[in-house]
Amino acid sequence: MSQVDLTMEGHAPGLVTGIPPFSVPAKKMAIWLFIIADAATFAGCLVAYGFLRNGTPDWPRPFHSIVNVAIMTFVLLTSSLTMLLGVRAAKAGDKVGAFRWTMITAVGGILFALLHIREWLALIGEGMTMFHNPWGTGLFGASFFSITGLHLLHVTGGVIALLAVGIRYMGGRYNADDLEVTGLYWHFVDLVWMFVVPFVYLLNLGR
Amino acid sequence: MVDAPDVQPHEPAARYTDSAGKYLVIYLCILILAALQFVIAYTHVGTEGMFARMLLVAIAEAGLALMFFMHLWAEKRGFLLFVLIITIFVLLAMQYGWTDSNRMNTGAPFSQPNSGVVSP
Repeated sequence: MSQVDLTMEGHAPGLVTGIPPFSVPAKKMAIWLFIIADAATFAGCLVAYGFLRNGTPDWPRPFHSIVNVAIMTFVLLTSSLTMLLGVRAAKAGDKVGAFRWTMITAVGGILFALLHIREWLALIGEGMTMFHNPWGTGLFGASFFSITGLHLLHVTGGVIALLAVGIRYMGGRYNADDLEVTGLYWHFVDLVWMFVVPFVYLLNLGR
Repeated sequence: MVDAPDVQPHEPAARYTDSAGKYLVIYLCILILAALQFVIAYTHVGTEGMFARMLLVAIAEAGLALMFFMHLWAEKRGFLLFVLIITIFVLLAMQYGWTDSNRMNTGAPFSQPNSGVVSP
């Protein structure tokens, strides 16, 4: 390839062909890059939590029941399935079906958030704050509220996105690709929970 | 200024044409793996062994979600490698702190034994 081929007048092949890298549309590539970055954020939080837990002798084990977290996990996993069915319906041109599944997913997200808040309030009621708790090192509250709070923030953002994209999809302003991008984010939120449950809840189960 | 050539429509790699039954099977597999984590929590193994088992199950769950729920398996192999290589590299690069965490746990050489507090 000559030098002139690389100038603005003669673009290098591939730069203006309209074919995106890996045949992945720009919006989808953007959400994947966000997911990679966000995965690094959550991984950083979980590694820091593991660091503290490993290096602190009086780490508390305050959880005595797995019922609430089991229900929360079931709700979030099921909402991933309904999201999948929503995107599938959208790709098949079933607009009403896609909208219905997306709204069901949003309801799942709201239910998860409410269960989460109920659990937080119960722990706060037992005397747990960001820096103190009756069972051991105060670092537990800081790491627990930080990690689960960050996840809850993602769920809240996801519910808002689902409602906004779902309504605009139904109104014709967004298309199936937009719903797919939102779905990728929602699956990622679900994926993060798969690591939060064992490390933050189940490893701290009282015996 | 040269006009851009006509943009050719292209088919996305992942098309979401899988049957709902396939999604249901993957969902049930993930649900079973999630339940397995709860079972592991009640087994009589040490914290390290429990952590290792739960990590393996979580990776299996996440793998299924990534490949089939997020359709990474249906994307082009180059994109699959792009996502996996970057993510795994970042996750591995975060493991440098463990030596310091273990040093605090064992109390050597500049920390108070089993207190988690670093000496001045």
